[in-house]
Amino acid sequence: MPTAKPRFTLAAATILALAVQGAAAQSAMAQPRTDLVVGMALEPPHLDPTAGAAGAIKEVTYANLFEPLLRVDGDGKLVPGLAERWTVSEDGLIYRFSLRPNAKFHDGTAADSADVKFTLDRARAADSVNAQKAYFAPIAKVETPDPHTAVVTLSRPDGLFLFHMASGDAAIVAPESAATNKQKPVGTGPFRFDRWVAGDRVVLVRNPDYDGVQPKLDRVTFRFVSDPAAQVAALKAGDIDAFTLFSTYEALPEFRSDPKFTVTVGSTEGETLLSTNNARKPFDDVRVRRAMAHAIDRQTLIEGVLYGNGVAIGSHFPPHREGYVDLTGLYPYDPAKAKALLAEAGYPNGFDTTLRLPPPPYARRGGELVAAMLAEVGIRAKIEPVEWAAWLEKTFKGKDYDLTMIAHTEPLDIDIYARPDYYFNYKSERFNALNDELNRTQDPAKRDALYGEEQKVLAEDAVNGFLFMLPSVTVQKANLTGMWVNRPVQANDVTGVSWK
Amino acid sequence: MLAFLLRRLASLIVTVWLASIVVFAVLQLVPGDPALLMLGVNAQPDTLAALRSQMGLDQPVLTRYLHWAGALARGDLGVSLTYARPVAELVAERLAVTLPLSLLSLVLSTAVALPLGLLAAARRGRGGDWAVLGFAQLGVSMPSFWIAILLILLFSLTLHWFPAGGFPGWGGGIGPALHALLLPALALAVPEAAILARVTRTAVLDTLGEDHVRTARAKGVGRAAVLLRHALPNALIPVATVLGLQISFLVAGAVVVENVFTLPGLGRLLYQAIGQRDLIVVQGVVVLLALFVVVVNALVDIACALADPRPKGGES
Repeated sequence: MPTAKPRFTLAAATILALAVQGAAAQSAMAQPRTDLVVGMALEPPHLDPTAGAAGAIKEVTYANLFEPLLRVDGDGKLVPGLAERWTVSEDGLIYRFSLRPNAKFHDGTAADSADVKFTLDRARAADSVNAQKAYFAPIAKVETPDPHTAVVTLSRPDGLFLFHMASGDAAIVAPESAATNKQKPVGTGPFRFDRWVAGDRVVLVRNPDYDGVQPKLDRVTFRFVSDPAAQVAALKAGDIDAFTLFSTYEALPEFRSDPKFTVTVGSTEGETLLSTNNARKPFDDVRVRRAMAHAIDRQTLIEGVLYGNGVAIGSHFPPHREGYVDLTGLYPYDPAKAKALLAEAGYPNGFDTTLRLPPPPYARRGGELVAAMLAEVGIRAKIEPVEWAAWLEKTFKGKDYDLTMIAHTEPLDIDIYARPDYYFNYKSERFNALNDELNRTQDPAKRDALYGEEQKVLAEDAVNGFLFMLPSVTVQKANLTGMWVNRPVQANDVTGVSWK
Repeated sequence: MLAFLLRRLASLIVTVWLASIVVFAVLQLVPGDPALLMLGVNAQPDTLAALRSQMGLDQPVLTRYLHWAGALARGDLGVSLTYARPVAELVAERLAVTLPLSLLSLVLSTAVALPLGLLAAARRGRGGDWAVLGFAQLGVSMPSFWIAILLILLFSLTLHWFPAGGFPGWGGGIGPALHALLLPALALAVPEAAILARVTRTAVLDTLGEDHVRTARAKGVGRAAVLLRHALPNALIPVATVLGLQISFLVAGAVVVENVFTLPGLGRLLYQAIGQRDLIVVQGVVVLLALFVVVVNALVDIACALADPRPKGGES
């Protein structure tokens, strides 16, 4: 038949093409890869770190796309960002930042002191929508003696000022692009924005004009996978190279036993609390709060919620930071003692209450366990699952709750206990005095000692149930290096990542 | 006929208008502040106020409804509170996933179900019939998301033929995009095909017992011709009705399957928007979905009228 021949040639050509493709793929295998696919559970609502609190925004943009004046590295240390050097005056009021002389935004315009002034003034303006506007409140004025020098004068000393200037909320932006950064982010970082397939992925590519150390990767894709089963499937199928803040803890043994994967467990800044309404009866009685502390078995909780991948805490401070005081032994698990304290407070038969749980698995799973532990000593907590929006509205803003379970992920946020209107409804002259002193103190050793005192006050008052630190779990391909193990700030800094 | 069409159009507009009031009212009652969600737990009151005013949330409820509904009437869906992009643009982007997904599964399920249904009817009570009925029973009993997980296990994790989820976008060419949509479409198509096959079988069997078919047989028309030319056209009316209902279910089912395969479709947009309290997006998408269902139902009615093989009466 005349048609048989062309068909045969077509088939032969296809086979040949496939063979060539295979050979090309093989020779490509010899070179280390220069692309990376990072998995994240949540998609950022937009990509402007200076206009939103969602952690996912910073997890894509921090250090990759945008640079603040200083950066926090993977060990939590402050390192140069857009500023290569800085000095602080004796009185702690004048900060002088020297910028990298050749720094440029991705649109080609120079990144100079005028941009620094614009960024800081915008963040503290009356119509600012910066989620951490308080970070900029101490600033009195920003001056620009020359294009490469920015001088910031504070109205009062602030021991955390440099730390705050290293946050994503203080990323330096340009007046030309500030309004459109949400969709087309223009920063000064070693990667530039390529595209965003909404609902699926954000792609960054290497910025060849970057004036600092060039990253080894040419292309980084952040993929957003919220479903736990889909996360595991995407890793196993090889679609995702590294999944950060992985919280499907029950799948970890499987990945640990597979030589193709490496699992790292590091620290975050997320103190997980049984937040307690200190103004509401019966929780206004410290004996009741201490009874709850004795009723909770933290180790069992860590086993049940995190499959053992977590560290217990006894106050509101992460164990990996300087200044940490171990207070986990203050209220050992002791149901009998808990019952005795409840009886002393006038509740020999316990009481009924509600435990409101936001969506994260640690809260939903942990809440069930906490409720069961409280029931053992007579505290009958009715579980009320809510979604985020409702949690923020009713619990956080409305302060209308008994108990809730939540991780506080902001770094160094112990000062929330000094805020007058915070949802814990906690009021302590002692704590406030310590906090005022801390704000005036620059010396690191003295600051650490004050942090220690603050932790003790909170633990003695048993303000909240102090449960555990959320772990930073990363599941990655075994031949990938340079991923952050710990999470001192919300970030997926991939500037130092490469393939072996 | 014109009066009928006008009546349908009027009821369509009223339905969509009612839907717009219901969704707006419900979102007012549900707790949650989009500004607070955006700025998080450290937001200061003045920052929240600034953002609320930027979002237009400082206006009275009625003003906001009239403003939104007025724009809607002009075809303007507004701008998303979270994404800061026009809702129409977001919806178009997501429809580019959900629509091909639904269509693909519709084509797959119809292509499988019609021949199977016909075969079962032709072989009533015999092996082929039992096999089709067995498939239908199994297909109806398995939810799409579960089939989806099985498909991922086999084709992605074991055979590595398909990605385990995600969508590369149409920008990368039709090939990779269809490649990413095939497994989800299959997962959606199996339960659809099962239902359709059963409906087709029953409908064909019903028409096979009717007078005009008996007459055709008596005239000596062959088995195949009776099935295809006389029984099938009549059977198509109930099949089309069920198909119309199924289209709405397809969009709903797509939401679940989109989640399992992490496809950026309309369902996930709606789901995320509700979580973010992106009122403008939720309102826009719900109204569009209502419009879609109403229009599909109207089209099915018209299609049934057209598919009816009885001689048209004409307007007298």
